[in-house]
Amino acid sequence: MLANYVPVLIFFCIAGALGIVLLTLGFVLGHGSKDAAKLSPYECGFEAFEDSRMRFDVRYYLVAILFIVFDLEIAFLFPWAVALDQIGLFGLGAMAIFLGILVVGFIYEWRKGALEWD
Amino acid sequence: METLLSNVVPFWSSFSGDLQLVLVSAAKVIVLLVPLILGVAYFTYWERKIIGWMQNRLGPNRVGPKGLLQPFADLIKMLFKEVIVPANSNRFLFVIAPLLSMVPAFVAWAAVPMSDTFVVADINAGLLYILALTSLGVYGVILAGWASNSKYALLGAMRSAAQIVAYEIAMGFALVGVVMAGGSLNLGDIVLAQQGTSIASWFIWPLFPLFLVYFISGVAETNRSPFDVAEGESEIVAGFHVEYSGIAFGLFFLAEYANMILITVLTVTFFLGGWLSPFAGLPGFADSWLAAPSLIWLVGKMFIFMFCFLWFRATFPRYRYDQIMRLGWKVFIPITIVWIVVEACMVALGIGPWSGTV
Repeated sequence: MLANYVPVLIFFCIAGALGIVLLTLGFVLGHGSKDAAKLSPYECGFEAFEDSRMRFDVRYYLVAILFIVFDLEIAFLFPWAVALDQIGLFGLGAMAIFLGILVVGFIYEWRKGALEWD
Repeated sequence: METLLSNVVPFWSSFSGDLQLVLVSAAKVIVLLVPLILGVAYFTYWERKIIGWMQNRLGPNRVGPKGLLQPFADLIKMLFKEVIVPANSNRFLFVIAPLLSMVPAFVAWAAVPMSDTFVVADINAGLLYILALTSLGVYGVILAGWASNSKYALLGAMRSAAQIVAYEIAMGFALVGVVMAGGSLNLGDIVLAQQGTSIASWFIWPLFPLFLVYFISGVAETNRSPFDVAEGESEIVAGFHVEYSGIAFGLFFLAEYANMILITVLTVTFFLGGWLSPFAGLPGFADSWLAAPSLIWLVGKMFIFMFCFLWFRATFPRYRYDQIMRLGWKVFIPITIVWIVVEACMVALGIGPWSGTV
């Protein structure tokens, strides 16, 4: 069972090693002079006039919260979908109720304007 | 594979079982990874050629015959470019972010079956594994944007992350439909569930809306045109990787193209029968090699979708951000929920791939 996952671990090691080798080569081979202007963050010809880690729109948080809700529903749907031919009509009915509740929540979000972006 | 190795490697049979497993898996990984990286390299060349032709240009044609050595010239150039780490950045996260982006993009390939016999890791939760790893790519994007300490990078990272998570939901719902039809989370089993007469038993027919949603969400997930507001060069220069140069940028580039090819191989596996032949089960092709499942069919089908990625980029204008969010939340999610309900009714009534199961 776990032996099936050994190749994944090895793949991780090989891909990680490839990335580290490429990055190291880049740092070793690509050697240039550094100065203050070169190392400053890029902006359109201005001196940076405020901290870059600024406040941003709360909608991004909202999207993240909605994502967690829906992603959990999907995680719940997967085992149901795999076992569909064994659980029969009872399983279908149970999931219909669950999806119904989800859809009510979705319509509520929609009507409240949580999905608007302007 | 075992017999081949025992002939090539001396003392093969004297190695312990664990060591044999490690060596065989490492060989499989290399066999998958080398063509994949070459594929990524020539995908960039092909992209420039196709877009060139669509715009009445020649595309790259100077390095090597017909420009065929261009990807290698690009790699060497990028290796010799200076990697600049900005003074105000968080140095550790800045260097680790490209790795966090590249490694999952490659490792996700472990669970993808290339033919009926070759798969690096034949795991029974393959689809969950792939969903998990494609989600990990967001960390690379967010960390790159935050660690750069640059306004454009931060804005690009926020846009990119919000877009990726929004489309991931539509993608996940579409995959629920695929799992319902395939009855397994193992990608090889999903392909085998599509066996039958020619193309008629592929999942693209009963799941057509999910197929469209999945592929378009895939384009949005990889931040490709027309959904490339995350790196919209006319507004925020290059988005989350604006501060990256040299090979650090190259790793993001590798990740993006490996992810694009991953989306195509997954679309083909879930909806178009993966490595199954379109001639299988037809009279007259019974013993022909054309009817046999093979890697050729997988790659052939992948080429169609890889071309679509480039075609979209050359022909569609960029979406506005609010349009992207509206498409993801208000169009794709309702479509997928409705189609899952339709599919459940098909299961209950025994229509389509479920005829004879209930």
